[in-house]
Amino acid sequence: MSVSDLSALTAQRATPGARVREVHDSFHGDLLEVSMGPHHPSTHGVFRMIVTLDGETIVKLKPVFGYLHRNHEKLGETVTYLGSMPYTDRLDYLSSMTNNWAYALAVEKLAGQAVPERAEYVRVILAELTRLLNHTCLAGFLMQDCGCSGTPLMYAFREREYILDLFESLSGSRMMCNYQRFGGCRVDPSADWLAGAQKLTDRYGTFLDEFETLLTGNEIIMARTQGVGKLSPELAISAGVTGPMLRATGVNYDLRKVDAYGVYPRFDFRVPLGDHGDVYDRYMIRVLEMRESIKILQQALAGLPAGPIMDPKAKLRSFRPKAGEAYGRIEGPKGEIGFYLLSDGSPNPYRYRIRPPSFINLTVLEDMCLGHTVADAVIILGSVDIVLGEVDR
Amino acid sequence: MESPEQICDRLLARFPGAEISVVTNPGIAAQHSLLLGAAHARAIAEFLRDDPTLKLDQCSNVTGIDWPEKEIVETKNISTPDPANPAAPPKVVEQKTKRLQPGFLEVVYHLYSITHRHGPVIFRLRTGNRTDQATVPSLTPVWRSCEFQEREVFDLFGVTFVGHPDLRRILMWDEFKDHPMRRDYVEPDDYEWEPTPHGAVLEKAKAHYPTPPAPAAVAPVKGAVA
Repeated sequence: MSVSDLSALTAQRATPGARVREVHDSFHGDLLEVSMGPHHPSTHGVFRMIVTLDGETIVKLKPVFGYLHRNHEKLGETVTYLGSMPYTDRLDYLSSMTNNWAYALAVEKLAGQAVPERAEYVRVILAELTRLLNHTCLAGFLMQDCGCSGTPLMYAFREREYILDLFESLSGSRMMCNYQRFGGCRVDPSADWLAGAQKLTDRYGTFLDEFETLLTGNEIIMARTQGVGKLSPELAISAGVTGPMLRATGVNYDLRKVDAYGVYPRFDFRVPLGDHGDVYDRYMIRVLEMRESIKILQQALAGLPAGPIMDPKAKLRSFRPKAGEAYGRIEGPKGEIGFYLLSDGSPNPYRYRIRPPSFINLTVLEDMCLGHTVADAVIILGSVDIVLGEVDR
Repeated sequence: MESPEQICDRLLARFPGAEISVVTNPGIAAQHSLLLGAAHARAIAEFLRDDPTLKLDQCSNVTGIDWPEKEIVETKNISTPDPANPAAPPKVVEQKTKRLQPGFLEVVYHLYSITHRHGPVIFRLRTGNRTDQATVPSLTPVWRSCEFQEREVFDLFGVTFVGHPDLRRILMWDEFKDHPMRRDYVEPDDYEWEPTPHGAVLEKAKAHYPTPPAPAAVAPVKGAVA
């Protein structure tokens, strides 16, 4: 627009009745508050973020929780120790086997209950299958959030079904497995089941190769995820971030190595670490962890000893642990899942507390999103890997 | 790693006059904890985080426990010798004394060290009572992971964390009044009429509907004998 045009416009504006609308150039300074969720498809459930935007840049982000809150911890205080076991399936409903294990571990610590060797091996097998399942789904969902609509997610879901078939034939339920018990596992896996698990383990690497060929080196995905949502190791440690999110920042902290619970010290596996702590590293860590899980599965299936699956002295009904407290934790697929139990000698726990990894990992969501666009906030949230059943409890 | 007793001794040497004691865990897990007074809690937390041998850089878990006031009955046998007949065996009277233990709220922190890979070190803070002095100092400025977890304890137990940057309800909605994880929480009476109440629901139904809605008229069965 030339100067003469401008002066003509100004003259027009001064004329009464002129129909030129004023342009507010000062709009740049205004902030816009957007409520993302609770029914936004990218929030993986009913999660809400109140995002303050300057243009398209996020300057403030406050998560809002509680849409799925049912006071799980209060429920745990009203039922017996065994009665809480099926409820733990509903926490992180993608990985019920590890939730069961974490709870069983905490109760075993509280009551001093021993676990037979075979059960420990079966627990490792199921936990690693859960890790495969969870990480595969996460990678699929993350690609969905990036905008690769459908295909990677469906590939991931196809593989997930094979693992869920195994869970169903073992425990009777695809997702709500309710399989672990204090002092062992509920049923003994048959030779057929073990053969099926072996078959799945053998061919899972091929699926991962296919998946990675499509995604890992993909230029668009790299452009979209590298350098996005960076998290520093210092902040990650201070904010209690655990699991693949912590290891993506380069902190070598895996409870399977640190606490050496179960029979994990017997297996040879490595802990993959990231360099940059961005979304791409979080995706890569999960893919590499799946490769390590396959290694653990091969060793556990080969070394599975014979013997009882339940400690014969274990008490399930009329179970009353001595008064005291215990905190037990394991490395779940999403991070450190822990249970804090306080017993007063009665059949119900006096206090039953869950340490939810995805809830605590969300502490740093705002820090990771600041300065990025709304579209990046979606993939950053996707890379945190949350399940609202666990966040809201 | 140092035992809680050793940590307690070191803390007492470093913070003279602070209230620190070891709470023994009678259970098999034997995870003993430290009980800290509110006055020095923040300084002690910073010490635990920065001390080179402990370096508890990760606060893994924060949780609340409600201890309502409890009536404790103590039974004591008092023997009084008979003054008339000192040779006879003394009369034994059982005396019961009732004592009211005041209630309080407790916040438990589980600390781990990622640098040294040890833990947990557990410590507790206690509030003065369950009503007007339900406050403890916030440790969010020391460990960022306390931010949401302390908000949760505030929401569900009603512990006010002094110094928390953003203390709001987190799981319940903002207008909610009570604290659901307290032992004496009574859930709201939101009864709705249902056609076939029974048991405890029937009792509730009677309270809400002195004259229940009449059941729908049933058409007489054809051929039935009147």
